[in-house]
Amino acid sequence: MSPDFTPALSLDLGATPPGRPDHGQRPAETGDTAVHDVVIVGSGPAGYTAAIYTARADLNPIVLAGSVTAGGDLMNTTDVENYPGFTDGIMGPELMATMQAQAERFGADVRYEDAIKLELEGPIKEITVEGGEVLRARTVILATGSAYRELGLEDEKRLSGHGVSWCATCDGFFFKGQNIAVVGGGDSAIEEATFLTKFADKVTLIHRRDEFRASEIMQKRAFDDPKIEILWNKRVIGISGEAKVEELSLEDTVTGEVGALPVTGLFVAIGSDPRTHLFKDQVEITAEGTVAVDARSSRTSLPGVFAAGDVLDSTYRQAVTAAGSGCVAAIDVEHYLATVKA
Amino acid sequence: MSNAIDVNTSEFETEVLQADKPVIVDFWAEWCGPCRMVGPVLDAIASEHAGSVKVVKVNVDDNQEIAAKYGITSIPAVYLFNDGEVQKQSIGAKPKSALEKEFAPYLGAQ
Repeated sequence: MSPDFTPALSLDLGATPPGRPDHGQRPAETGDTAVHDVVIVGSGPAGYTAAIYTARADLNPIVLAGSVTAGGDLMNTTDVENYPGFTDGIMGPELMATMQAQAERFGADVRYEDAIKLELEGPIKEITVEGGEVLRARTVILATGSAYRELGLEDEKRLSGHGVSWCATCDGFFFKGQNIAVVGGGDSAIEEATFLTKFADKVTLIHRRDEFRASEIMQKRAFDDPKIEILWNKRVIGISGEAKVEELSLEDTVTGEVGALPVTGLFVAIGSDPRTHLFKDQVEITAEGTVAVDARSSRTSLPGVFAAGDVLDSTYRQAVTAAGSGCVAAIDVEHYLATVKA
Repeated sequence: MSNAIDVNTSEFETEVLQADKPVIVDFWAEWCGPCRMVGPVLDAIASEHAGSVKVVKVNVDDNQEIAAKYGITSIPAVYLFNDGEVQKQSIGAKPKSALEKEFAPYLGAQ
């Protein structure tokens, strides 16, 4: 990390992960590559909690944290007020830096690398990382989280970065004194809308139904905010503008009536989809698109392959449920390794 | 250790627009989480393709005129300039291979 590019937090993302003795590695059954006990793919609350538990169990986990996604979704948030243990809340990036440090304290090997190919069948799994290195492991924990959903409109990509955004904390700054919109109805949509009122003159919250999914406390914040106007039963069907966003086309979901809303920005917060593209042909996937697991465990349809966090959860999707899920996966890994090594 | 130099509004003309080779510009800010991820990725590109391109950083907080001039409303925004014109633009934090692919025509042989 360059001195002139110091992050506000002591998250040392550019550094080489701390070395550690390879005492947990044993010679491979075939070939001479080390076979690790566990590789964790992903570094949100699920991945890091799984790393803390497996590291404390002396399994020397390798965490593929991602080259640009380390820390997961919470890196794009501000205050986290509902993660237990922090009376006054904590900033999302700070929470993730703390979790990482906690995992590393017990010897987790956190690497800022991306998994690009997973071979999950058989007793030894192969994980190929960007650049071509292949890691071999007895178990894999899939903690890849979820990816922001897009509206799927023609001009959405073209105007992305020119008014269309998925990250209020990154981009709110560019909309000082402007009139912008947020689309969505969950906690994250309302969080974005209230955050954006710090910059914008007016934030129109567009929701396709006549009530929010968001928690009561978040809803109250939106209703009480004089800068937020709520448009119920409206769907964004078009975004227009030559070089940047100028206007949205909205369709009333009840009457079908179409109208225009002039805005200079649109923040999309309509949920996310489990990130399963690396392994969806290998492990069973549910109708909701999440990784299928056995009852309350983290066991996927393949032995030695476990899942944790939002990738298996389309319902709760909280930092604390993801962390709990990472703990479950770590304990399942321990049990599995005890069986296969017995 | 960073290979990317900080460029401000007054230096932009000479360092970027009149540069004798393609320039990758990283528009960033302190408060942007994903921007922190892009820094090291661009540092790697800068050192591996040092002969073909130059990499610089523009802090949008301190240099709002430039961000406004190029219509930037999302960061990290990574723009490639050649002969004074924007040739490529990439929005969001992307891995090194993705950026190298997008900027391939300007990166030269490795």
